[in-house]
Amino acid sequence: MSTHATVVPGPIDTRPFRLLAGVAALGLVFVALRFALGIGAVSGLSDGYPWGIWIAWDVVTGTALACGGYALAILVYVLNNGRYHPLVRPAVLTSALGYSMAGFSIFFDVGRPWALFKVPLQFWNWNVNSALLEVALCITAYVVIVWIEMTPAILERAKDEPTWPTLRRLARRLSGPLEKALPFILALGLLLPTMHQSSLGSLMLLSGHKLHRLWHTPLLPLLFLVSCVAMGYAAVVFEAALSSWAFKRKRETTMLSALARPTVITIALYLALRLGDLVYRGRIGMALQPSLYALMFALEVLLFVVGAFMLTRAASGGSLGALFRAAVVIMAAGALYRFDTYLVAFDPGPNWSYFPAVPELFMTLGVIALEIVIYLAFVKTFPVIGGETAAEAR
Amino acid sequence: MTTRRRALQVLSGAGVALAAATPSAAALRERKKAPPDAVGLLYDSTKCVGCRACSNACREVSGLSPDVATIQGVAYDAPTDLDARNRTIIKLYAGEGKTAYVKAQCMHCVDPACAGACMLGALKKREMGIVSWDGSKCVGCRYCQTVCPFNVPKFEWTSLNPKIVKCELCKDRIADGKIPACAEACPRSAIVYGTREALLEEAKRRLAGNPYLYVQRVYGETEFGGTQVLYITSVPFEKLGLPEKGDEPVPEVSETVQHAVYQGFVAPVALYGILAGVLWRNRRQNGAGDEEASS
Repeated sequence: MSTHATVVPGPIDTRPFRLLAGVAALGLVFVALRFALGIGAVSGLSDGYPWGIWIAWDVVTGTALACGGYALAILVYVLNNGRYHPLVRPAVLTSALGYSMAGFSIFFDVGRPWALFKVPLQFWNWNVNSALLEVALCITAYVVIVWIEMTPAILERAKDEPTWPTLRRLARRLSGPLEKALPFILALGLLLPTMHQSSLGSLMLLSGHKLHRLWHTPLLPLLFLVSCVAMGYAAVVFEAALSSWAFKRKRETTMLSALARPTVITIALYLALRLGDLVYRGRIGMALQPSLYALMFALEVLLFVVGAFMLTRAASGGSLGALFRAAVVIMAAGALYRFDTYLVAFDPGPNWSYFPAVPELFMTLGVIALEIVIYLAFVKTFPVIGGETAAEAR
Repeated sequence: MTTRRRALQVLSGAGVALAAATPSAAALRERKKAPPDAVGLLYDSTKCVGCRACSNACREVSGLSPDVATIQGVAYDAPTDLDARNRTIIKLYAGEGKTAYVKAQCMHCVDPACAGACMLGALKKREMGIVSWDGSKCVGCRYCQTVCPFNVPKFEWTSLNPKIVKCELCKDRIADGKIPACAEACPRSAIVYGTREALLEEAKRRLAGNPYLYVQRVYGETEFGGTQVLYITSVPFEKLGLPEKGDEPVPEVSETVQHAVYQGFVAPVALYGILAGVLWRNRRQNGAGDEEASS
């Protein structure tokens, strides 16, 4: 059985591809409008709610869902569990695209995107106490690292591709040194998400007085870090299932079922910390009084618990569909936790409310579509997806 | 199997060592004090009649036109909240048989949340403790808006080169030997300009002189670590929209957490060293001939 990655055959230009490209194009039209008319004209953002779905989804949730590469790297490279190796390349591609799209979203979310270069370059102005600076620098560095982690896939194709002479020469020269440097690059790929995923939690510490006490805790960085690992594993299962259905590869159900254990352990750790912290601070009573906040909190916990149960059952059942559904529930749980922390539990005062505007929503949808479009083009050009093809099975 | 167990042992051992080596979080951050030349405003709500000469004068010196809205066919210049065109406004509180006015503007906190949050220091506490905005360092991320407990910094949502707008205590007028426009314009001396020390003394004198009129506390003396804009009122502070969330400066908790982990960048560098070491050793153990060693 061959689990080595191969290029997905078939044309890039298919009907689903065109549909997604259309959504992406529409999103880009609204992005252009944002630059022509200003942020106020295309969004529901306000002085009370200066951060909306572009931050809560595109950046905070999007990067957490892109933590598959990070979560797998812990298993494959640190714990040396080579069994999951075939899942690594597609997960790293998702990470690369997810983080790049988050960067793109920042580009149209900030008021002065032309000044963004100052953040990594003007080190003499750095406010080292700013958690946001740490997030920005770390994510920028990680985008570079994760694309470097994708170069083996690019070089593998380029090395033997006669129609790309320059790239082929470059590939043959770089392969050796890249091979040697890989442990040090991968170590960065493990350090950086640890730092910035936890700092995405720290960001909301500073708004603590506007954050509902069911969410505000000094444990925010740790909770964000642990939940992003669980979301990462779930995203790997989600993506691997979709890939084997879409690209007609052999279903790697056994390998994916093995991911259930680390995922459930991570979810258990997250819930223990979340609930234990609330009990320790004497706030668990708030979760029992009827209110929107108690409802959202209960929903978060429920989704994690149900997701963990579904995943455990699916792992012993052998059905890819069941694994996929469990993964969706777990991804939703982590996403809800982040939405609650950044938007729902955030209360700037009685005169403010927020709901995304239509252009704002389409820009977010466009970003998601763009990510999928590039993913499809990439896996049909470079060897990323592993697993036995239908041809090999015969 | 053995490799995994070893890796876990190394990592947990390192974690314990790091935790022990990191200096205690509480010792890492001393509470900031107001600078010795700190200036500010004292706003006495009991003297204010809501004429809004202050907000008009402020708009004039900022070079902004009146913020006109037509209500029932009549044009009024009566903004209801701070925004990109209004750096100070007067709000009316009416409830439980009492009415009172309250002036809203930047509090020029002793340990400001906005300055703690700002990535490149665009918002910073500068001379005389005035918190001002330097556009050359701003990327428009709006984190400052998220963290300010008074919802003070305002953003130019319809501009293609948006600024962050808030009261800057007329720092240019002060440099010219004048006083802030609002304090100068007030016909009732409800707004007084001076050093924070002198203003605190004056505020306490007024509280002592009229114990049945005033709430017996100066708002801003200790709230959020202290502010340079002080309030004395006859209506409880929270009813006037002045948040009572304790004396801890906003940046203190988050910076304590950040420092505990990142102080001197020791922990990240150490963690990187351990990770690189584990990965390099695992790769050697798996054998150089393993074609799957590169992802």
